[in-house]
Amino acid sequence: MPVKQRLTPHLARLEAEAIGILREGAAAFRRPVLLYSIGKDSGVLLHLAMKAFFPGKPPFPLLHIDTTWKFKEMIRFRDSIAQQLGLELLVHTNQEGLARGINPIASGSALHTQVMKTEALRQALDKYGFDAAFGGARRDEEKSRAKERIFSFRGAGHVWDPRAQRPELWSLFNTRLHQGESMRIFPLSNWTEYDVWDYIAAEDIPVVPLYFAAPRPVVRRAGTWIMLDDERLPLNPGEVTETKMVRFRTLGCYPLSGAVESTATNLAEIIAEMRAARSSERQGRLIDSDAEASMERKKREGYF
Amino acid sequence: MSAQRDLLRFITCGSVDDGKSTLIGRLLHECGLIFDDTLAALSRDSRRHGTTGADIDFALLLDGLEAERQQGITIDVAYRYFATPRRSFIVADTPGHEQYTRNMATGASTASLAIILIDASKGLLPQSKRHSLICALLGIRQIVLAVNKMDLIGFDATRYTAIVDAYRDFAAKLDFTDITAIPLSARMGDNVTSASGNMRWYQGPSLLQHLEEVDVLSDEAAKPFRFPVQWVNRPDANFRGYAGTVVSGHIKTGQKIRVASSGGHVQVQRIVTADGDLLEANAGQAVTLTLADEIDIARGDMLVAPEAPPEIADQFAADILWLGAEPMLPGRDYLLRIAQDWTQARVTSLRHGIDVNTGNHVAARTLQINDLGLCHLATLKPIAFDKYSENQATGAFILVDRFTHETVAAGMIRHALRRASNIQRADFTIGRTARAERNGQRPLLLWFTGLSGSGKSTIADLVEQALFAAGRHCYSLDGDNLRHGLCRDLGFTAADRVENIRRAGEVAKLMMDAGLIVLASFISPFRADRQMLRELVGAEDFLEIHVDASLETCIARDPKGLYAKAKAGLIPNFTGISSPYEAPAQPDIHLKTDEFTAAHCAEQVLHMLRAKGIAC
Repeated sequence: MPVKQRLTPHLARLEAEAIGILREGAAAFRRPVLLYSIGKDSGVLLHLAMKAFFPGKPPFPLLHIDTTWKFKEMIRFRDSIAQQLGLELLVHTNQEGLARGINPIASGSALHTQVMKTEALRQALDKYGFDAAFGGARRDEEKSRAKERIFSFRGAGHVWDPRAQRPELWSLFNTRLHQGESMRIFPLSNWTEYDVWDYIAAEDIPVVPLYFAAPRPVVRRAGTWIMLDDERLPLNPGEVTETKMVRFRTLGCYPLSGAVESTATNLAEIIAEMRAARSSERQGRLIDSDAEASMERKKREGYF
Repeated sequence: MSAQRDLLRFITCGSVDDGKSTLIGRLLHECGLIFDDTLAALSRDSRRHGTTGADIDFALLLDGLEAERQQGITIDVAYRYFATPRRSFIVADTPGHEQYTRNMATGASTASLAIILIDASKGLLPQSKRHSLICALLGIRQIVLAVNKMDLIGFDATRYTAIVDAYRDFAAKLDFTDITAIPLSARMGDNVTSASGNMRWYQGPSLLQHLEEVDVLSDEAAKPFRFPVQWVNRPDANFRGYAGTVVSGHIKTGQKIRVASSGGHVQVQRIVTADGDLLEANAGQAVTLTLADEIDIARGDMLVAPEAPPEIADQFAADILWLGAEPMLPGRDYLLRIAQDWTQARVTSLRHGIDVNTGNHVAARTLQINDLGLCHLATLKPIAFDKYSENQATGAFILVDRFTHETVAAGMIRHALRRASNIQRADFTIGRTARAERNGQRPLLLWFTGLSGSGKSTIADLVEQALFAAGRHCYSLDGDNLRHGLCRDLGFTAADRVENIRRAGEVAKLMMDAGLIVLASFISPFRADRQMLRELVGAEDFLEIHVDASLETCIARDPKGLYAKAKAGLIPNFTGISSPYEAPAQPDIHLKTDEFTAAHCAEQVLHMLRAKGIAC
């Protein structure tokens, strides 16, 4: 029975490209993993993985790096999705970092990200012996990402050397690795934020409800709204808790994720709001503005 | 619901000085795609690294890596994404400097249109030619000639037209189907997204308008069916499917397909996708095929149209762009990836290098990083492929170093070489020296080079008569005569001329091995080829004889009526008229047939032969 064409030619092309990349990663590497961060991009990536290996299941597990500071709703969503799809979900937390008391509030975003995300990811990849990891990063997110390859080579110790990237011509990916080296694979490289939301709408992909506007307890901090997801976030002098109609454009650790005031409660409204927006999605992320080229530095150290 | 949009992937070629990044920044800005926070970051960066004073330096938006911002150059390919209501765009912004040819080629490999940026105040420079040659080699057929910085030349239509004409002249020999020229100022925004009030003499579209409207519909669907198997999907004992992307053509259920490597035929049973089975799949679709019969197929095999199969060969000729820091070494083994297949490959010979600034062939023994050359390759096992000019997806390959795993080369296949795969040299007891002794003479190659009508054959004939009369064993090889037989398949393009000379050289060498004195009369216009001959037969046995008459004299003589035809445009690539003649810098003998008779010139040659110990 033929199916009706739901996707625009543009989205159909992006979908086919991503499926090709997912299959390539599965075929070329010994032990791949899909880095699942619960956000909308991860959701699209997971959806594409389910399609790529149909009627089989994706031949790799999901890995979530849990900093213990994710929104509660994210964790609930993560567990229910993995269960629904019948996929193996690995959750890794940097126990050392936890023991050292690293957290986004006292330690600052830079150290927290370094220890609880970057180091944690390296630990997990080494622990399970993964030689390739799929991620949902897109080139339109940030300047240094714009130059990253689809198959991004990482040397021993997971370091990324932007000057030693493998040239990537046509779709002829160089997937060759030595022991100890690994590959990060970005099937959504050529997608934009618009494409992601258009695809979510077209394919009816579930996303964490935090993307939709709702009355939430927030506090004004560093020019953005931070949600009080639990009791761990102390208020600074002069700060007051307010209830605002807000939503998130990107999701991460809740003390580092800024919300925007919004009335968009469904996908159509989100897409309409985004098309009218005047700031990029990473604006809500406190980790990027630490220093110029901060993303490039983090990536060199092994950040995804 | 968003509108139906298709995608245009294009590349911008030019250097920082041409205003390339500024142009893209301007496009993104004018399309409302630079967000407020990005703009704020940009204005911060501009004050620190920028070159535009208080203005926002758009180049910084694209030069993303720290090293690039500090040096003010673009050292990698950056991809940018934007969309208008009419179309989505992916821009590959690539470096313009010669040492970054490989990055440009990377950007060009996935682009269907190139913007060649020219600084109007500087005119057409060698780098624009280089960029155009690389684009042409990578198969880009649509060109936008963006003549930038029109504000610096006072929006002068005459100077603009001169630049465009010069470019069209140069580009005539490249395989572009369309060249659209647009005068603009990226800094000021003239003709970038809307018509410029400063250039009312220009009636054409703005750059963005052209990008939105240009027709780059690929004809992949019209080509023969090709399906490289990427992954064998076996979730359980009941299902066995072959996952991959249709790279060209289309396939329907029930159709017969052929397994390229084994030649086996089999019927397509189902076209499986997660959204349900399809009756038909077209180029660009990622699907999973199930087949009516069990047949041995693995990742790397190619399923193809039985009526139009690809080439299967283990030797082929290809244009190679060297990407690796270590030079290419003929004879060394590399890993080769083509479509989904990996094998081992060796460059058996480097036929010639290609000057990226002019497209001219140059003699070369190796390829360094960013060098181009035509190579012959041999693979460990036969591979399935098409000519790159006919199908990029099945005609492109990469070479990977076996030890470092670096991607060291990009290759584009020209054609298969039909040779036995395991050729070894047989040794015979009677050698060249013995034959030379028996003949009582030293074998030599007398190579007469010069324009058509300069008198090569006439003089060679006189010399041969004298040698023959003196009892010498000799033979005359003549360009025209060889083209009736051995070289009948060759034309007069530069590439064919190189091959023509190579064959003549090999034949001459065999005759020298047989003990003969060989007199060869060939226009042989390229210095590199004559150098190749010198190396082929050995410098001590090679006499380069320049038969030198001015073009005017040759045209006046025109013994075969060829100049008349060439001037009438009836013969393309005619040496002296529409193809260059590179005169020898230091010929062994220089014969000025403008001034001296053929007999006198022949005596000059005989004199030299006597000096070399040839009795005549």
